[in-house]
Amino acid sequence: MLNIVDNTVNPVEPFLRSDRMPHIWCPGCGIGTTVNSFARALIDSKIDLESLALVSGIGCTGRVAGYVKLDSFHTTHGRAIPFATGLKLANPKLNVVVYSGDGDLSAIGGNHLIHAARRNIDLKVICVNNLIYAMTGGQTAPTTPGHATTSTNPYGTFEPAFNLPHLVEAAGAVYVARWTTFHVRQLARSISEAFQKKGFSFIEVISPCPTLYQRRNKMGDGLDTMKYYKEKSKVKHGAPTSEVGLTLNGEIAVGKFVDRDRPDYQSMMRAQYVESLGERYIEEPEAECVCG
Amino acid sequence: MKADPHGVLTGTHFIDGDHACCEGALAAGARFAAGYPITPSTEVVERFAARVPTVGGTFIQMEDELAASITLQGAVWGGAKAFTVTSGPGFSLMMEHIGYAAMTETPCVFVDVQRGGPSTGLPTLPAQADMMQARWGSHGDYEIIALCPNSPQECFDLTIKAFNMAEEFRVPVMFMMDEVVGHMTEKVVIPAADEIEVVPRKHTRKSVEDYLPYGSNGDMVPEMAHAGEGYKFHVTGLTHDERGYPNMTPQTQDKLVRRLQNKIRSAADRICLFEEDGIEGADVVVVSYGITSRVAQRAVQMARERGLKVGKLRLITAWPFPEKKIAEVAPKVKALVVPELNLGQMVREVERAAQGKAKTVAIPHAGGGVHSPDQILNAIVEASRC
Repeated sequence: MLNIVDNTVNPVEPFLRSDRMPHIWCPGCGIGTTVNSFARALIDSKIDLESLALVSGIGCTGRVAGYVKLDSFHTTHGRAIPFATGLKLANPKLNVVVYSGDGDLSAIGGNHLIHAARRNIDLKVICVNNLIYAMTGGQTAPTTPGHATTSTNPYGTFEPAFNLPHLVEAAGAVYVARWTTFHVRQLARSISEAFQKKGFSFIEVISPCPTLYQRRNKMGDGLDTMKYYKEKSKVKHGAPTSEVGLTLNGEIAVGKFVDRDRPDYQSMMRAQYVESLGERYIEEPEAECVCG
Repeated sequence: MKADPHGVLTGTHFIDGDHACCEGALAAGARFAAGYPITPSTEVVERFAARVPTVGGTFIQMEDELAASITLQGAVWGGAKAFTVTSGPGFSLMMEHIGYAAMTETPCVFVDVQRGGPSTGLPTLPAQADMMQARWGSHGDYEIIALCPNSPQECFDLTIKAFNMAEEFRVPVMFMMDEVVGHMTEKVVIPAADEIEVVPRKHTRKSVEDYLPYGSNGDMVPEMAHAGEGYKFHVTGLTHDERGYPNMTPQTQDKLVRRLQNKIRSAADRICLFEEDGIEGADVVVVSYGITSRVAQRAVQMARERGLKVGKLRLITAWPFPEKKIAEVAPKVKALVVPELNLGQMVREVERAAQGKAKTVAIPHAGGGVHSPDQILNAIVEASRC
């Protein structure tokens, strides 16, 4: 699969903006691991990097856009998906990846998440879920499991959390998977698979925040979290997403939960216009209309 | 370059300002709009939704104005000319992305068909009370351009200008209509495509190696690239250096934010459009914009019929504020009379620019209708006496 002979170069280095290193992520943080899996998926799936754009929102995971050597957009908080929607619709030849965190995508951006899934916009969404707002100091997120201690729930959380795979499946996603940062190869494989899908794909990656989540909840360091992920994860391909909600110390259901086909937004748009307008429909804008 | 004939509906039309604005956008080369329904602006995107599939482009109705105002920016970086359309409550939600467009230098147009506020206010009735919001609504220091049409014809003509200025300066342009201009039906003449001047995107011709996404190029407006062209550039709303990379230092902040301001301020003479009439020798000059300038026109006529020496200055560009013009007029007159459909917004700018050289008289109106010519006339008469 990997066709790298030069062992002196890290195979993912060509995908990174090395001139921006060191990155801002803490020791033990899982985001860098997900980027590694992402880069390996790009190698495996032989995606044309020039046609690939990556869009992030705000937060720790939002910084991914700044470290990948791609056309990359660090947008506003919660709005990566609508930005990516405009990018994809204006240039359908692009492969557009949204790479952001749980707070960004499911709280402030929650409305955009469900509507993009409903429309089945052809976007690959990678959601790094560290179960809290990390960049701002460990506040409760819509994904924080019950009873976890956070900076804004110092006596434990009590509001129910979103089960993200269930949410996006219900809203219409065609591909839904979940892995942890322990599952680097499985994650890379899922990302590669998502590139083969046309439509709204969603990959959740459970990822540690040793600085703010694991520490406050006395769950040890980054390595302890890897052991936890290894012990508590259970591969459940095709599991009903209603049953994959997360708890503070319980099982983590991982695997590919949803893989189905339905027409994506642009296919539906074209079909509708062709039906209604026939030859009057002009699909592609005039190439020379913008650039002088 | 000349307009793409596909988008130009050449001929004489009897349409309202909202529809004319849409035709202006199409003539200017806009091939993408993202919107969210809101009175009294929706007709613009309704027409766009009907027209654009036959021209080659996309309309998408988003889930809210937060989404619409950033979706259009994704489209711009994908290569399209793009805009969104809204009214006060939606404009409030878009402020975040006006700041993002200013910071990332994304050329685009925000149309605001103003209605009475605050909050939901008067959905179907006019106001001009978003003028300061257009200038200052997003946080931080930045500059935008705002244009104020006063007729359906201008909704067509100035929408093209709005897109052209957006492209020339890589800045979000606010197109400040109001409910009356939006819903007023008049003759609109759309010229042939080859008579319409369109400013193309300031696209780089540099190689991937030489391209600096936020290099200032001497004229302070960086060259742009689009996603998918191989440049592998980075765009961020964080303070960034010429490479587009985040850089959290006071030096980078100073250099960037000053350039964002200066690229507009240094070109203010070219950007500031106005119309003047009878200012030489006038005792009083009525300064107005948008629909209020139509009422002011009548009031000025009535005052002249009474033998008063009254001039008229109509601001077509509201931002950057044409302070040089006001400073030039103020010393020559007794008073500047400023009617507007708000309780005093642009009048403060007029007062600031006049620097005490002329008395500045506000004629406030809370919105929901327009001034009567008599209201403005009375103020002119009063000001002439002083």
